Amino acid sequence: MIIKILGSGCKKCKKLYQNAILAADDLGIEAEVIKVTDFQEIAKFNVMQTPALVIDGKIVAKGKVLTKEEIKELL
Amino acid sequence: MLGNFFIWLNDAFLKMTWLQDLVNDLLIKVFNMDAESYLYNSLSFFIFDVIKIFLLLSVLIYLSSYVQTYFTVERTKKILSKFKGIGANVVGALLGTITPFCSCSSIPIFIGFTKAGLPIGVTFSFLISSPLVDLASVVMLASIFGWKVAIIYVIVGIILAVIGGSLISFFKMEKYVADFLKEKTEVDNEEEILFVSKKEKRKYAVDQVKEIVGRVWFYVLLGVGIGAAIHGYLPAEFIQKILGPDKWYSVFVGVFAGIPMYADIFGTLPIAEALVLKGVGLGTVLAFMMAVTTLSIPSLILLKRVVKNRLLVMFITIVTIGIIIIGYIFNYLIII
Repeated sequence: MIIKILGSGCKKCKKLYQNAILAADDLGIEAEVIKVTDFQEIAKFNVMQTPALVIDGKIVAKGKVLTKEEIKELL
Repeated sequence: MLGNFFIWLNDAFLKMTWLQDLVNDLLIKVFNMDAESYLYNSLSFFIFDVIKIFLLLSVLIYLSSYVQTYFTVERTKKILSKFKGIGANVVGALLGTITPFCSCSSIPIFIGFTKAGLPIGVTFSFLISSPLVDLASVVMLASIFGWKVAIIYVIVGIILAVIGGSLISFFKMEKYVADFLKEKTEVDNEEEILFVSKKEKRKYAVDQVKEIVGRVWFYVLLGVGIGAAIHGYLPAEFIQKILGPDKWYSVFVGVFAGIPMYADIFGTLPIAEALVLKGVGLGTVLAFMMAVTTLSIPSLILLKRVVKNRLLVMFITIVTIGIIIIGYIFNYLIII
């Protein structure tokens, strides 16, 4: 499973990144969590609000920092 | 009768005159401070401003974030695509005022609008007004300088955004966006992620308050600290010699001092307040604040990643000239 965090590297993005790692750990999922900070890459997803959370190529959240529990539900 | 009620409301909630009295009483009666001393003047300014700014900030961010849940970026984009010509610039500038996006999210918005095919000038009208004029900073301005100044500030801010965006359209700047913005998008993602329930909206607003206050508190304290030092210790004659409204170059000093600063408008307000109390022209101070919010180097570096040099230079030139003109207008209005 590939989880991507889209965002220019602000505080919110880092928080979402940590929450995603914790959520995957808790569920025991083998997941690769990647931070995407390049605008060119972010633009490909057509996301206007960062941070955004992408699970296996699908955008599941944008513009908000999901908690660990919320990400667990999405996974 | 109604007028008196409004004044009372304004004094109690906006200017918080009761809080000022309370702080002063506390300093004089409990701590036996001398009302004429420098330390008293600085401390009174510091304590009062810190409490007032954090109270106002929390309430205002809550309210504007709640309003924001009705205007998601996707919806803003849809509304904007319905308008044409200068009307679109005006709507762009107006939507910019009700959507308090932080500067770090303005670049993804720029990308989204451009890829959606919105005219470059409309996007810039939105991007100029968004950090410059928003609900929270306008109410703070009203609290410190009164409603008249706040309303004129909103009007000139919107005019700057409309004219700036129109000029960028006029000079056909759409060629000068980064090349990757001209490519097609792979993922189609028009879907709005909406806030369904009132509860969710309230949670979002509370989160925004925590997030923004958590991000700006240091700048606010720093700004109030500098403001308090100016208020208590810097002699008025000295400041007026450099920055008095009768000095023609004062507006330039204000703008160029503002550009390298990275601060929030909430951090610069207390400095502005202290400077105006010392007799610096209001136009000079507003030009300084506008430069801090729209032309700060960190946000220009981000913008550089999505536009080519020509457009970046044009944006900086238009905004700088606009701010300088606004500064002179305000300084002139005060003298007459």
